[in-house]
Amino acid sequence: MGQTLLQKVWDRHTVRRLPTGQAQLFIGLHLIHEVTTPQAFDMLRQRGIGVAFPERTYATVDHIVPTLDQTRPFADELAEQMMAALERNCREFGIRFSDLNTDRQGIVHVIGPELGLTQPGLTIACGDSHTSTHGAFGAVAFGIGTSQVRDVLASQCLAIDPLKVRRISVSGALGPGVYAKDVILEIIARLGVRGGVGFAYEYGGAAVERMTMDERMTMCNMSIEGGARIGYVNPDETTFAYLEGRPFAPAGEAFERAKDWWRSMASDPDAAYDDVVELDGAAIEPRVTWGINPGQSVGVSERIPDPASAAADGDAVSEALDFMGFTAGSPISGTRVDVAFVGSCTNSRLSDLREAARVVQGHRVAPHVRALVVPGSKNVRRAAEAEGLHEIFREAGFEWRGAGCSMCLAMNPDRLDGREVCASSSNRNFKGRQGSPTGRTLLMSPAMVAAAAVGGEVTDVRTLL
Amino acid sequence: MSELRPIDRIAGTAIPLRGNNIDTDRIIPARYLKAITFEGLGAHAFEDDRASMPNHPFANPAYAGASILVVNENFGSGSSREHAPQALKRWGIHACVGQSFSEIFLGNATTIGLPCATAAPEDVETLIATVEQSPATPMVLSVDAQSIEAAGRTVPLGMPAAVRDSLLTGQWDATGLLLADFDEVRRVADSLPYVDGF
Ligand code: SF4
Repeated sequence: MGQTLLQKVWDRHTVRRLPTGQAQLFIGLHLIHEVTTPQAFDMLRQRGIGVAFPERTYATVDHIVPTLDQTRPFADELAEQMMAALERNCREFGIRFSDLNTDRQGIVHVIGPELGLTQPGLTIACGDSHTSTHGAFGAVAFGIGTSQVRDVLASQCLAIDPLKVRRISVSGALGPGVYAKDVILEIIARLGVRGGVGFAYEYGGAAVERMTMDERMTMCNMSIEGGARIGYVNPDETTFAYLEGRPFAPAGEAFERAKDWWRSMASDPDAAYDDVVELDGAAIEPRVTWGINPGQSVGVSERIPDPASAAADGDAVSEALDFMGFTAGSPISGTRVDVAFVGSCTNSRLSDLREAARVVQGHRVAPHVRALVVPGSKNVRRAAEAEGLHEIFREAGFEWRGAGCSMCLAMNPDRLDGREVCASSSNRNFKGRQGSPTGRTLLMSPAMVAAAAVGGEVTDVRTLL
Repeated sequence: MSELRPIDRIAGTAIPLRGNNIDTDRIIPARYLKAITFEGLGAHAFEDDRASMPNHPFANPAYAGASILVVNENFGSGSSREHAPQALKRWGIHACVGQSFSEIFLGNATTIGLPCATAAPEDVETLIATVEQSPATPMVLSVDAQSIEAAGRTVPLGMPAAVRDSLLTGQWDATGLLLADFDEVRRVADSLPYVDGF
C-alpha cells in the first residue's frame, strides 16, 4: 500500500512521539510577521531561551502596513510599535527580515513562494491560519497560535496531533471566467465550514493538475475556511518550473537533486485515503458568498437561499440574511456593491491582477463604487507595473496601492464604513472582518470583483469576457 | 524554564453563548490585535457583538464573574489568533464546554491552559437552559473525571486524550517537552536533504 505526501513528510520530520500522544515534528521553515510574534519573543526573553534555528526563520511585515503613506514612523502609533518590535526582535535574534526598505516585502503567504523559500516536502509553520497556502507546493504547512510560535522559535518543533487525509479530485476543465476561487468556494459550500476538521485536504484531478501555482495557492489558502488546517497539491513539473531560478531555491545540480527528492515525496498512485470526494470542474460556475461564513455561497446565476427550504441549519441562514439585509429567494446577481477590493493572500498575485485588469480594460468603475487594488507583494506590484496593469486599473478608476493585507482584515487604514457592501477577492466574510462591525463582504474571484466594480452590482463576469 | 501547573477542577458559574460557527473575529475584533502584549484584551472580548446585541450574554450583568463558557458548534473558527482564547481567559473564563471547537482554537486554548471540553448536543442544551434560567447555578468541571456537575446532574464531557493528559500533568505549555531531547531534533534536521541545500 502506498503512502500519501502527508504521511511521507510527517514521517521524515518526526522527532519522537510525545507522552501526550502527539508527534513532535521538526519544522523546515518558520515564517513570522508582526502580529502574532511580539508576545512570543517576550516569552522567550522571560524564560531566557534563544531561537534554535534562526537560519530556518524568515520575517516580513504585512498586516499593519499602510498602503498609501509608508513613511516612518507610521501615522498609527500602535502599528509603529508593532513594526519596531519586529525590527528589534529580528535584530536581536539574527532573523532575516524583508522589511519595507527591501524590495521583497509583502504578505507572508505571497513572499514565501515568490522567494523560493516554500518548497515541496517541507514542514512549514507560521502564526497565521492561511499558512495552508504553502501546501500548493506539496509542503505540509500549519497555521499556529502565538504560544506555538514561541515553541517553534525555541525548538524548531511543534507538538501536533495526527491528521487524516481527504482526497478532493476535481475532474474536467473549468469553463471561461471560472477560477480556482470558484472551485474552492464550491468545495466549502458542499463540505461545509467544519467538514475538514481533523483532515488535511489533498487536491488533485485533471482540473487541479492543469492549474498554475497561483491558482493552486488560492485553493490551498482557503482550506482553512473549510475547517481543514492543511491543504496540499502533489508537486509536479508545474511546481518545479515555478521554483527554478527563485532566490532561495536550489540552483544547478542541487536543483536536479532537489527535484528527485521532491518527486519522491508526492503521494503514491496506490496511496490509501481516509475519504475521497469528486467534483466535476466543468459544472462549476463563478460563485459569490451571500452570508457571514465562507460556506454560504451560490453560483452567480442562483438565488439567495430561503431559511425555510435550507437543507440544514435554517437558523444560520436567517442570522446571515438578517445581518446582510438580503431577501431570501432573490437573485445574487444584481446585488449592489459600494466597494471593490482586489487583494489578500488568496488572490493578489500577478495572474489575479491580470485577470481583473482584463475585465476592467476599456470600462469605468461605476460612479458609486470605491475600488482598490492592493498587490500581495512589492514583487507583484513591480511585475504588474512592468506590464502596465496599474495604468489599466487607474484609467478605469481603481486606486493602485502598496503591498500588504489591507482591507482583508483592516488592521491598516483601509476599511469599510458602516453598512457598506464590499465585493472582495479575500477569504473571510465574517461579521466585522473588513473593519466595520456592520460592514458586509461578498467573496468572489478577482475577475468577479472587477466585474462588480464596473457594473456597480454583482455581475456575471462571463458576460464581460 | 516553565514549571508544571496541572489543571483539573474548575468551579464557578457559567455563561451561555448560543450559536454555531462563532468565529475569532467576533471573539476579539482584529483592531485589538494591534498590540505587542496580550494585556488588556479581556475588556474587548465580544466587543462588537456586545455593542450590536443588547442581550448578548457578555453584556448581561447576570453572568458577570462566570468562569465556564458554554457554546454550541465549531466555536472559535476562523483565524489562528491566540488573542481569542487569551481574551476569554483574561475576561475570566477558565474553561469552555461546547458541541465542538475549531482545531486551531482548541490547540491555542490548551496551550495557554484553558480547557475546552465537548458535550453531546442535548447536554449542551440542558446546560444552557439551566444557566439561562438560573445564572447563579454553581458548576464544577473536572478534567480528570471528564464531567461537569450542575443542578444535581453530572454531564459527561469529551476531550482528546492528548489534551486531557497535558492539562492533568501540567505539560500544556509544550516548550519544555519539545526541548527535552534536542539532540534528536538535530539528528532529524541533519537527515533532511533540504537543510543543507541538497
Ligand atoms: S491577506 Fe488577510 S488572510 Fe491573508 S494573511 Fe493577510 S490578513 Fe490574513
